Amino acid sequence: MLLLRRKDIVCQQAVELVTDYLEGALSRRDRRRLETHLRACANCAAYLEQIKITIQLTGAIEPDDLTPEARSDLIDVYRRWRSE
Amino acid sequence: MLVGRYQQPMLRLARSFVPSQAVAEEAVQDTWLGVVRGIERFEERSSFKTWLFRILVNRARSAGSREHPSAPIESLHTVDPARFDAHGQWADPLEPWPEESDDRLEAATWLPILKSALDDLPSRQRQVVMLRDVEGLSNDEVCGVLGISGGNQRILLHRGRTRLREILEAELKKG
Repeated sequence: MLLLRRKDIVCQQAVELVTDYLEGALSRRDRRRLETHLRACANCAAYLEQIKITIQLTGAIEPDDLTPEARSDLIDVYRRWRSE
Repeated sequence: MLVGRYQQPMLRLARSFVPSQAVAEEAVQDTWLGVVRGIERFEERSSFKTWLFRILVNRARSAGSREHPSAPIESLHTVDPARFDAHGQWADPLEPWPEESDDRLEAATWLPILKSALDDLPSRQRQVVMLRDVEGLSNDEVCGVLGISGGNQRILLHRGRTRLREILEAELKKG
């Protein structure tokens, strides 16, 4: 995503690396740079925490219940299929 | 019931490929028909869910391209540049979120907000976030289902998650 040339990274770069970081897709060098930044920057550490909470909450979305219409449509589909 | 478990996620995914709910429902129905007739060969090496979503994506894509020849251009969405100063540092300190946001109780109040935010994501971001974070597929599985590269998948995931965090942050500031 971002090519980091300098040793230190700034917040605006750090936040764009969090997904690659969580996915384990950063090079070792970039990972070290990000982790160094996160240790020194409370804001970016909080940002990473919020991204993790967002992922966790998204994972809590349950499939909605079927609407009665969808359910009866589907039963029709099965009936048609079985009678063919 | 199997169908009950997958119907809504399939509809939501299909909807991201096609212009109307009716076409999405058709694609889902087609998918189930294909499944029950055994037209599509189940590959042992993939999970049932991955296989099911792959069939759906193929059907929805061909339905979508019939009705909608050109896909809309997606906006590039990363963290708002206005949040940073000239040196690339946070202009204002980031408020940490309350601990209770981890609780299931708290989650219950946030879920409707998150659900509608998910529906508002550009379609390709929505597809990746749904499959990864809602359905829990692995990155390889998502790449297989959508036919995209790992790098592309990470970019879409990044934009989608960034946007969802932003929405939650805005909601927290309101409350």
